[in-house]
Amino acid sequence: MLGRTANGLYWMFRYIERAENSARLIDAGLRMALTRSEATEGDWDGVLQSAGVRELYDEVHETLTSIDAIDFLLRDRANPSSVMSCIEAGRHNARMVRTALTRETWEATNECYLEMKTILSRKARPTDMPEIIDTIKRRAGLIRGAFHGTMLRNEIFNFSRIGTFIERADNTARILDVKYYVLLPAVAAVGSSMDNVQWESILRSVSAHRAYGWVYDAELRPANIADFLISNGRMPRSLAYCYEKIASNLGYLEREYGERHAAHDTADRTLASLRSQSIKDIMDVGLHEYLEDFISHNNRLGQEISDGYRFN
Amino acid sequence: MVKNKGTTPLAFDEMMNADSSPRQPYSTYHEWYASQDKNRLIAKSREAENIFRKTGITFAVYGHADSSEKLIPFDLIPRIISGREWRKLAQGIEQRVIALNAFLDDIYHKQEIIRAGRVPRELIEKNVAFLPQMIGFRPPGGVYTHIVGTDIVRTGEDQFYVLEDNARTPSGVSYMLENRETMMQMFPELFHQNRVRPVENYPNLLRQSLASLAPPGCSGKPRVAVLTPGIYNSAYYEHAFLADMMGVELVEGSDLRVIDGKVKMRTTRGYEAIDVLYRRVDDDFLDPLTFRPDSALGIPGIMDVYRAGNITIANAPGTGISDDKAIYSYMPEIVEFYTGRKPLLENVPTWRCSEPQSLKYVLEHLEELVVKEVHGSGGYGMLVGPTASKKERAFFAEKLKSRPTNYIAQPTLSLSTVPILVNKGIAPRHVDLRPYVLVSDKVQIIPGGLTRVALKAGSLVVNSSQGGGTKDTWVLED
Repeated sequence: MLGRTANGLYWMFRYIERAENSARLIDAGLRMALTRSEATEGDWDGVLQSAGVRELYDEVHETLTSIDAIDFLLRDRANPSSVMSCIEAGRHNARMVRTALTRETWEATNECYLEMKTILSRKARPTDMPEIIDTIKRRAGLIRGAFHGTMLRNEIFNFSRIGTFIERADNTARILDVKYYVLLPAVAAVGSSMDNVQWESILRSVSAHRAYGWVYDAELRPANIADFLISNGRMPRSLAYCYEKIASNLGYLEREYGERHAAHDTADRTLASLRSQSIKDIMDVGLHEYLEDFISHNNRLGQEISDGYRFN
Repeated sequence: MVKNKGTTPLAFDEMMNADSSPRQPYSTYHEWYASQDKNRLIAKSREAENIFRKTGITFAVYGHADSSEKLIPFDLIPRIISGREWRKLAQGIEQRVIALNAFLDDIYHKQEIIRAGRVPRELIEKNVAFLPQMIGFRPPGGVYTHIVGTDIVRTGEDQFYVLEDNARTPSGVSYMLENRETMMQMFPELFHQNRVRPVENYPNLLRQSLASLAPPGCSGKPRVAVLTPGIYNSAYYEHAFLADMMGVELVEGSDLRVIDGKVKMRTTRGYEAIDVLYRRVDDDFLDPLTFRPDSALGIPGIMDVYRAGNITIANAPGTGISDDKAIYSYMPEIVEFYTGRKPLLENVPTWRCSEPQSLKYVLEHLEELVVKEVHGSGGYGMLVGPTASKKERAFFAEKLKSRPTNYIAQPTLSLSTVPILVNKGIAPRHVDLRPYVLVSDKVQIIPGGLTRVALKAGSLVVNSSQGGGTKDTWVLED
């Protein structure tokens, strides 16, 4: 496969994953605003931080309002992580690697783009938001379904999956890092109603508020939330799960090509530590330090994959 | 049926006879059409548009920032050609394509046609499409123009003209294939009722044809790739489509490098050699070391690899000299010179304004002629006499007088019509035809092609960039 094609697949799936994550963050933000008696713009501050675009927002807007924040996250082309920017970039990459995709996968991606472009052609009204979020999730689901149902399990599949999980791991780590302080044992000694809202919003940002109850108990506990999102190998957005997938896809490539790169060692090392470290160990070292370290290692892995497989 | 309203009164209607009975090739189709619910057809027409949109069968219009991807309108009434008509066309096209290749070989070698005084020397050697780098070099298999799209117009029952030869990088073949695919999806019954010759094996034939012309330096199974200028090129969809259907890589210049005397592409496992490159990049941009130094689309050094016999480039660099407008007027002589026979297909009569007699005639008959710039394309620098104002004609006459060698003139042809679906039923519109030809050790002409249709009543402009549409083109077995 061309290095450029591998690069295109990797980014196509990173962008589609990011589009969904941005939509999920907006959803969590909206939800938080609903559950508060007095909604504060500070909620959106946290959402923008989780999306990693807080500073960018200030470059475009003078004040922080929920309407502007939603628009910025949803459709502003000046925000490379807005839903529309991501879908556009994902589709752009898909067009570039069109010959590597099944017709179904390409069409699902193209139709997603065409529909979102129509829906997001003007500023969304608050009443339209649930439907818009729903459409994004459904469209992303259709792409995923077409991809899983029709693509050969070969190198094309592997590079696509690696893109998905590098992006997802990055997102989950950022969401946790923005809110790490509400999970610290010292601060969160008592589950006040304020804490509960914060904790729930973390879970909602990764669509895990219901699953949490199945795995742990009904009560939200900071250590359990951190465990769920970092170490639980069954939670599809946890760091451990993402690295299981990254490592196994890199493993397929290693066997297929008979070639091992620096990326393989990095991924294996990260996975091993995710498996061996308990959440207590992590909390003891410092959650923030741990997550910062993780994000930078995750970025480095992306670069190593790009180098090893001659993306550019 | 809507009457011949708005078209040139003398235009030949390919579907209907003057007595309102269908012409023979359309008889089965016409019967089917008469039995159809017209609203269903209109609905189908919208369905077809949706298929094209979601598949992304688009072309780019340069200079439109937002609406950069456009659909070419598809009309669902097929253009039907009888087997007898096709045989006649195919023989004429084959003869012409053989002559084109012989001409190219000759002008890059002995130049016998110049020495015989049949084509003026300065017309070749001063032509920008003539590449001195190709002198004395013979491409693998002696084939210069591997893929040709011959533009043909019809003006009567037995009257066909070749309008252009398109021997460089003809586009549009993906529309031929997608139009057929769409028709078969929407109206399978039509393909039971009519014996339509298949076109869908084109990608296989193309791949075989390309692979059969692998360079001498290729050992083992030839590796074919399609070279595209990239995602922003107007025909990008077609490049991706063809690579996909052939099962070969779609590469850009940045993927390729000359290493150890071979052209290699950067893959996830390292650099791998390419033997045959179906390039959809113009000559100028192919090799910055040989042609335009500012080209970012090409591969530095590929011409050296080519001349050393380590890659086949299709079509060969320098083929543009054979489909140049100035050369066009010499095609009857060229065909006869190399095949020893009169051309089977006619050229549109062409006045070369460089010749004083012709210039005089053209100036006296401007109101009935189309005047074209020799090196122009896409309708630029052109005068359509019958529709131009007196002032425009006078202005053009001055340009003609000051630089006569820059122009040719042709009569305004009354192109044949085929009906399109409109809200009220069907109405005739002018069409042309581009069949596709593959050249290897044999000449293969795909039975069908791209029919372009002017969607405006009376309009003779079929170009997609100016609002023209396309139709599925059927060649019947008979």
